[in-house]
Amino acid sequence: MLTKRIIACLDCDAGRVVKGVKFVNIRDAGDPAELAALHASNGADEIVLLDITATHEKRKTLVETVRRTARQLFVPFTVGGGIRSLDDASAIFDAGADKITINSAAVADPSLITCIAERFGSQAVIIAIDARRTAVVPSENSSSVIPSEDRANRPRSELRPAVSEVEGDLPFPAEVYVSGGRKPTGHNALDWAREAESRGAGEVMLTSMDRDGTRAGFDCELTAAVVNAVSIPVIASGGAGSPDHFVDVFREGRADAALAASIFHFGLESIGELKQHLQRAGVPMRWPV
Amino acid sequence: MITLVDYHAGNLASVRKAFEYLGCEVEVTEDPEIVRGSRHIVVPGVGHFGATLQLEKSGLREAICESLDHEALFLGICVGMQWMFQGSTEATGIPGLSLFPAMIERFPNTVKSPHVGWNNIEITLGSRLLKGVPDQSFVYYTHSYRAPIVPGTVAKTNYGADFSGIVERDNLFGAQFHPEKSGPAGLAILKNFAELAC
Repeated sequence: MLTKRIIACLDCDAGRVVKGVKFVNIRDAGDPAELAALHASNGADEIVLLDITATHEKRKTLVETVRRTARQLFVPFTVGGGIRSLDDASAIFDAGADKITINSAAVADPSLITCIAERFGSQAVIIAIDARRTAVVPSENSSSVIPSEDRANRPRSELRPAVSEVEGDLPFPAEVYVSGGRKPTGHNALDWAREAESRGAGEVMLTSMDRDGTRAGFDCELTAAVVNAVSIPVIASGGAGSPDHFVDVFREGRADAALAASIFHFGLESIGELKQHLQRAGVPMRWPV
Repeated sequence: MITLVDYHAGNLASVRKAFEYLGCEVEVTEDPEIVRGSRHIVVPGVGHFGATLQLEKSGLREAICESLDHEALFLGICVGMQWMFQGSTEATGIPGLSLFPAMIERFPNTVKSPHVGWNNIEITLGSRLLKGVPDQSFVYYTHSYRAPIVPGTVAKTNYGADFSGIVERDNLFGAQFHPEKSGPAGLAILKNFAELAC
């Protein structure tokens, strides 16, 4: 039976894992190569390395970091963050990554998805979507959509009509944000997911910005809406705080995979515990590995 | 020496590093002459069956067939495995090697396609490639087309219906999943291939 995937995510800055905590029995908790191998042996179905390096100069370390991490990793390995061109992607694949995620660059130029997919296959291209759901609040004259401070100042032509009042699939529409969640785009998340699929993306990595960092649970409603909208697998991210949140996102959200970005908070051994919890709840898992 | 055939379909780095990790020497080549002299030939592949047209055009197909006549060991991975069949409905008109008598077809509409992730194999026949690999091992798949069960099927996987996970006959081996991405079970399979005496 096809199992649901638990994906461990390593946020890296200038070649070092950040947001980690101190663990016993680890030589170097900041080394992505060592942490990736440990997660894989503890049961992670996949590893994602997300480069959050702010400066261009330090980015140069990424390819070397990928090479070192890939060398002893024999589960699927995805790299994302700052990939803007086919050349950027090629360098990451050559270094041993199996998939890349693209986000801002694909919104700026959607043909980049097709370009990378034609060269490396759709299975190697994950469209990362950072989505925020806007709540409709009553006002004196009509409904208005928040947050809207940026949108108000933009020409109407830049706003695609789909982020709007006419969003059939969700009670509140979800808008795509780029640049690490700082810039709203006016794109509707469901439409963008469909478009990315039609352009050749092989998976969607969906991050709920409303839930990210809250540990209040995944946005199952948003996840299910995206799962409905596309036929490619959807990886849910943002908001995990307990093992039951994973049960929910697989059952109610019908996600194909879930990103355990905050798995560090649970401790290293816990990927196995998480998978056993899910298995007991009836979610098919690759366990024991 | 493992000869890894480069026909510009996707990314060879993962297969290469897996064999290197196992202590094998790997030569990546698109030169038919090198393939003719090889005893261990690996044809990987991701993406579209149509990419195998390049094998035809470049003279690699002919070189591979000659090597197979001389009993070189052959491992096809993913599209490389599909190429060992008669052809695929994904790219009709492009012939496969017809080493196994069936057509590659898309998954039925009853299941989501592509089939991506870890699924288990049921070992159905004794296999040299699967020596020491436990039944029901999980392996990593990513594909939309698959081979039906044929007499050479030694391991099957169920997704919508049973399909061939591994085919094997004499010097011929094919894996629909990615052994280079399938953890310890996958490495064991690659090691078995590398260690088979010609």
